[in-house]
Amino acid sequence: MSETVIHAENLTKRFGDFVAANALTLEVYKGEIFGFLGANGAGKTTAMRMFCGLSIPTSGKATIAGYDVYRQTELIKKNIGYMSQKFSLYEDLTVLENIRFFGGIYGLSNAQLKSKSDELITQLGLQHEAKKLVSGLPLGWKQKLSFSVAVLHQPKIVFLDEPTGGVDPVTRRQFWDLIYDAADKGVTIFVTTHYMDEAEYCNRISIMVDGKIEALDSPGNLKKHFQVDSMHEVFYQLARGAKRGE
Amino acid sequence: MKVIKFLLEKEFRQIFRNRSILMLIMVMPIIQLILLPLAANYEVKNINLSVVDHDHSPYSQKLISKITASGYFKLTGYDQSYKDAFHLIESDDADLILEIPNGFERNLIREDEQKLLVAVNAINGVKANLGGAYLANIIRNYNTDIRFELLPSEKFNQVPMIDITSSNWFNPFLNYRVYMVPGILAILVTMIGGFLTALNIVKEKEAGTIEQINVTPIKKHHFILGKLIPFWILGNIVFIIGLLVSWLIYGIVPVGSLTLLFGFIAIYLLAVLGLGLLISTFCDTQQQAMFIMFFFMMIFILMGGLFTSIDSMPDWAKTVTRFNPVSYLISVMRMVILKGSSLHDVLPHLGVVALFAIGLNSWAILNYKKAN
Ligand SMILES: Nc1ncnc2c1ncn2[C@@H]1O[C@H](COP(=O)(O)OP(=O)(O)OP(=O)(O)O)[C@@H](O)[C@H]1O
Ligand SMILES: [Mg+2]
Repeated sequence: MSETVIHAENLTKRFGDFVAANALTLEVYKGEIFGFLGANGAGKTTAMRMFCGLSIPTSGKATIAGYDVYRQTELIKKNIGYMSQKFSLYEDLTVLENIRFFGGIYGLSNAQLKSKSDELITQLGLQHEAKKLVSGLPLGWKQKLSFSVAVLHQPKIVFLDEPTGGVDPVTRRQFWDLIYDAADKGVTIFVTTHYMDEAEYCNRISIMVDGKIEALDSPGNLKKHFQVDSMHEVFYQLARGAKRGE
Repeated sequence: MKVIKFLLEKEFRQIFRNRSILMLIMVMPIIQLILLPLAANYEVKNINLSVVDHDHSPYSQKLISKITASGYFKLTGYDQSYKDAFHLIESDDADLILEIPNGFERNLIREDEQKLLVAVNAINGVKANLGGAYLANIIRNYNTDIRFELLPSEKFNQVPMIDITSSNWFNPFLNYRVYMVPGILAILVTMIGGFLTALNIVKEKEAGTIEQINVTPIKKHHFILGKLIPFWILGNIVFIIGLLVSWLIYGIVPVGSLTLLFGFIAIYLLAVLGLGLLISTFCDTQQQAMFIMFFFMMIFILMGGLFTSIDSMPDWAKTVTRFNPVSYLISVMRMVILKGSSLHDVLPHLGVVALFAIGLNSWAILNYKKAN
């Protein structure tokens, strides 16, 4: 088994009396595409924010790329990329300006910024939009841009929180091409999704129900274990008992 | 430090892209500086005066004509008794009553001493109080004139000097605009700087962009500096525009050193922007930030010594004004612009404002949380 990049043991986050993430235990290996599934309100975003050093856990242990989530959040941040569920690039800056700004914050040199932006713009096919304000882009392109900004500084792990929510099937396909490209380069991908076809693309997945991880394995093994043909049914069997959700 | 360069570049791009806000920042102070001093004119004319003259002597006549000649007073009544005059106050037809007692002339000449009664209609307090002060001034002048006429010159030396309050001393024609403009400019710079910074970080919270920043390894003090510097520059520009307007429209040229003025504003802006940043680290929405900033601004403005004199406040209020940065700016502006005070004179003010700047910005950095 290859190197462990995410290691969590009984990681818990409470908001008052409410346990949003309950004793999460999991390991993710280098270069994996790890699918993090769960119904609305299951606690996926909460867990991911703890992994990214954006939220301090209430209890439990976790290391990301070898760094502790309580004490070494800034070191974690150097080594990860994060794409939040809500689009969070600057709408009043252009595509290029966003890339330049975040690249600059991560400490890229001017030469690196130049070559990186050219590379990304070509890869995304955004040549004509490069100098346009982000606010005018269609959602699919915004999401692809967010992804590029998240991998700009060549992180070891990228966390993608519902990167394809509301995106059309063609763009979704292109998005997964981007994910595969990154994984091929050895980047670990930690991704949440509500699309079961995307779950099938992952090496391993976990399914969260009401703050707890109820299942964790490869899609094939899970289907075998639950004796069903599709991930959709696996998810349905687990998640229908959920109390939370909208 | 390279990070700061990128932060500034981004912040200025956003500022310049939002043309309408930029125009407001630049044009609003110009308009307000032109309008407000005209409206906030404390010079009171046409004070309704009722005189009760029991003496009917040449000297009392002389006093009355001196008062009416001053141009501030309108003689609305010339009554026989205090009681009659008081009816005028009751019907709001008189703001002041001046009662000249019987034997005014005799006492003045023989006993060298005389009391006059001035009664004030406190309903229109500002007008009546100022009127009372003017009247006292005129009577004092009259007093000097009389003694000059009556007494031999060696005795004249004993006449007390007319004391004029220091503000009038440096503003001899009682031109309230000269007095108001520096104060109004102080408030404008404070409001623009305070509100812009208070709303800025909160706006990033609302848009969610702060999340993308917080997930980078950016240092907290870099982030805060990246917010502070652009608005500091903007605040200085507004101040320069304000000085130009005061010069072009009101002919106000600072008597003191411009360098001192800019040096003070430089530190003062850090304090005000620090407050804005601190507020924005506490708030989640622009509405919250707006209301909290508004709360402070109201206190700062009303207790800043522009509209009400700090000297006449109760002790607890005076203590409050010691924590009001605006009061320091207003007094330094007046000191340097009108009196020509030097660095030595404003050093205490500078010290306090520098403490505010350090305290508020450090607190803002501490309170800005990259994780929760
Ligand atoms: N700051 C907070 N304070 C209180 N409760 C919170 C907070 N953040 C999240 N929660 C609650 O924790 C639960 C889990 O939320 P979370 O956003 O992690 O779910 P999710 O799995 O990402 O759902 P979705 O699929 O809708 O994005 C929800 O019930 C939510 O209301
Ligand atoms: Mg979520």
